[in-house]
Amino acid sequence: MAEVKLTNVNKVYSNGAHAVRGVNMEIADGEFIVFVGPSGCGKSTLLRMVAGLETVTEGDLFIDENRINDVSPAERNVAMVFQNYALYPHMTVRGNMSYGLKNRGDSKEEIEQKVIAAAKTLHIEDFLDRQPNQLSGGQRQRVAMGRAIVRNPKVFLFDEPLSNLDAKLRVQMRIEIKKLQRKMGVTSIYVTHDQTEAMTLADRLAVINNGQIEQMGKPIELYKDPKTLFVASFIGSPQVNLLLVQYDGKFLKSGSLEIGGFEGLPIAEELVLGLRPEHLRIDDQGKLTMKIDLVEQHGADNLIYGSLEGAKNEDGDDLELCLRLNQDQEPSIGDTIKLSYDHSNALVFNKETGNRLI
Amino acid sequence: MKRVQFSHSPIPYLFIAPQIIIICIFFLWPAAQAIYQSFLLEDAFGLSSQFVWFKNYKDTILTDAWLQSAGFTLVFSFLVTFLSLALAMLLAVKANEVIQGARTYKTLLMWAYAIAPPVAGLMGNLMFNPLIGDLYYFLNAMGWDFNHKLDSFDAGFVVILIAVWKQVSVNFIFFLSGLQSIPKSVLEAATIDCKSNLRRFWTMTFPLLAPTTFFLVVINITYAFFETFGIIDTTTGGAPGGSTSTLVYKVFTDGFRGNDLGGSSAQSVVLMLMVLALTVIQFRFIERKVHY
Repeated sequence: MAEVKLTNVNKVYSNGAHAVRGVNMEIADGEFIVFVGPSGCGKSTLLRMVAGLETVTEGDLFIDENRINDVSPAERNVAMVFQNYALYPHMTVRGNMSYGLKNRGDSKEEIEQKVIAAAKTLHIEDFLDRQPNQLSGGQRQRVAMGRAIVRNPKVFLFDEPLSNLDAKLRVQMRIEIKKLQRKMGVTSIYVTHDQTEAMTLADRLAVINNGQIEQMGKPIELYKDPKTLFVASFIGSPQVNLLLVQYDGKFLKSGSLEIGGFEGLPIAEELVLGLRPEHLRIDDQGKLTMKIDLVEQHGADNLIYGSLEGAKNEDGDDLELCLRLNQDQEPSIGDTIKLSYDHSNALVFNKETGNRLI
Repeated sequence: MKRVQFSHSPIPYLFIAPQIIIICIFFLWPAAQAIYQSFLLEDAFGLSSQFVWFKNYKDTILTDAWLQSAGFTLVFSFLVTFLSLALAMLLAVKANEVIQGARTYKTLLMWAYAIAPPVAGLMGNLMFNPLIGDLYYFLNAMGWDFNHKLDSFDAGFVVILIAVWKQVSVNFIFFLSGLQSIPKSVLEAATIDCKSNLRRFWTMTFPLLAPTTFFLVVINITYAFFETFGIIDTTTGGAPGGSTSTLVYKVFTDGFRGNDLGGSSAQSVVLMLMVLALTVIQFRFIERKVHY
C-alpha cells in the first residue's frame, strides 16, 4: 500500500546518454501503471531507478512521502519481476521464495507460512522442492511472481515479465497478474513494449518516447484522444492509417485526393490525417477508393490491406491502408471498394511538431 | 525392428591414434617402467641390478625424511591452493566491479600468467638473495630475522609466496570469466532481496562460482604437487635440510642426485597412487556439492 511520486527525474549515463528526461508522475495507492514505448525509450531505466538498480542523476523519488533516492534496493520495500525471471539457480523454489524473507530476519515459521500461502495463490505448491532448471517457462514465471508477492511489498515492479512466454500462456498470465494485483491492491508499475498488454493491464498508461512521457492517462483516453502523433501511432493495433495532407482552406489534399469537412486548420502546412482501421467502413457513396492487395482473416474480424487511390503517406509513397471489417464482410483481393468514415473519429496532427490539431 | 548395422571403418581408430600413442609413450610406458624399477636394486654404477621385491618401498616410504617431505607437501599444497584461490577470487570480484579503466586493470592482473615457474623461482631467488635481494633487506629491516637459506620456516614462506603469486593470475582469469557468466539480473534480484554485500557474496556469488572453484581446486592441487618443481628447484633446491622438498622434488633428488633409482621409483609409484586417490576423492565427494 503506497503512493509513488517522481519529481523531475533525470538519468544521464556516464557516456552522456540522456535516458530519462524530467519525468514527473504521481501514482496513487493500489494503482496499476504501465510504461509503454519503443525499445530504448527509457521505460526500463525509469523502472530500474524506482527499484534502486540505477542511480538517479537528478530529481527525487518518493514512496509514501519518504525520499528513496539514497535508500538501498532491499530497504525500499519493493519487489521486482524480471524479464528472464532471474531465479536463483542454486536454490529450490522454496529457497528462492524465502531468500528475501530470511535476509529480512523473519522467523522460520513465519517464512514457511508465507511461502506456502504464496505458493497456493499461484498454484506452485507441488514444485516447492524443485530446482528452477526443472521447471517450465510458465512455472518459472509463477515462481518469480511468488518471490515478489511473498515479501508483501509496497510496490510491485514488472520489467516485461511476459515477453519470454508463448502467446497463449502470455494471455493467461496477463489475466492472472491483473487479478492478483486487484486482489492484493498493491501499487504496481509494469513495463512493456506490447501495446495489447499495456491497454489491458493498465489503470493508467504512460506512453514514453525519447526519455519523456508523451502522454499519461486511462488506456481508452489515450486511444480516443491522443495528444500527439506518436501516441496515436503507438496505441491501437493494427496501427492507425496516416495520410500526409495539406489544407487549402476547404479540403485536406493528399496527391490528387481531396477530403472535405474540416475547418480551422492552418493553411499550407504539412499535416497528418489519422484514420483508425476500425473507423473505416465500406460505403458505395464513400469518397475514398481502395484497391485490395491482401485479406487477413483473424476469425472474429478481417483485416483488409490495400492502396488508397491518389493518397500519399508520411514518406510520400502511395498510401497503404488497413481496414478492419466484420468476418461476414470479405471482399476479395483485386477488388476496388469505396470507403467512408465518421468525421468525429478523424485525427489531424501537425507533421512538424507531432501535436494534435483536431 | 531392423537392427541398424554400422560398417566398421578403421578411420575412427586412425583419428584417436595420435592421442593413444602419446598416452602410451609418455604415460603408460614410463609408469610401467617406474613400477618395474621400483622392485629392482641397482649398484652405484648402474652395471647390474637385482630383483628385491618390496625392499625399496620399505627403505624409502615412511622413513623420517619421506614423512617430512610428505608433511611439507600437504601443508604446501593446502596453503598454495587456498591462498591463491582466495586471493584470486577477491581480486576477480573487485576487478569485476571496476568500471573505469577495467581493461588495464584486468590485463595487469593477468600478466604473471605468462611467466614460466622456473623464471618465477629465479626472480624470487634474486629478490630474497642474502647478498643482493631487496626483499631480504626489507624483511630484515622490518625486524624479522629473515634468512631462507638457514631457517626452514622462512624457506617455506619464500616458496609458498612465489608459488601463490605465480598461480593467482591463472585463477583470476577463470574466476573473472566465471563471474561474468553469472546473469546480471540474478545479482540484481539478490540486491532487492538482500541488503548486505557480504551476505550476498556468500549466498549468491560464491555458490554460483562453485563449478569454477571446484575446477580450480583440482587444477591448483595438481599445480602445487607437480608444477612447483621449477620454483623449488630455482629458489631453495629443497634446502635447508630437505625442509622445502615436496614429494616430487624428493623423487628427483633421490633418483638423480642420489642415484637411487629403485628408491626413487618406489616413491614415484606411491605418489602416483596418492594422486589417484586424491582425484577420486575430489570427484566423488566435492563435485556432488557443486551446482552446475
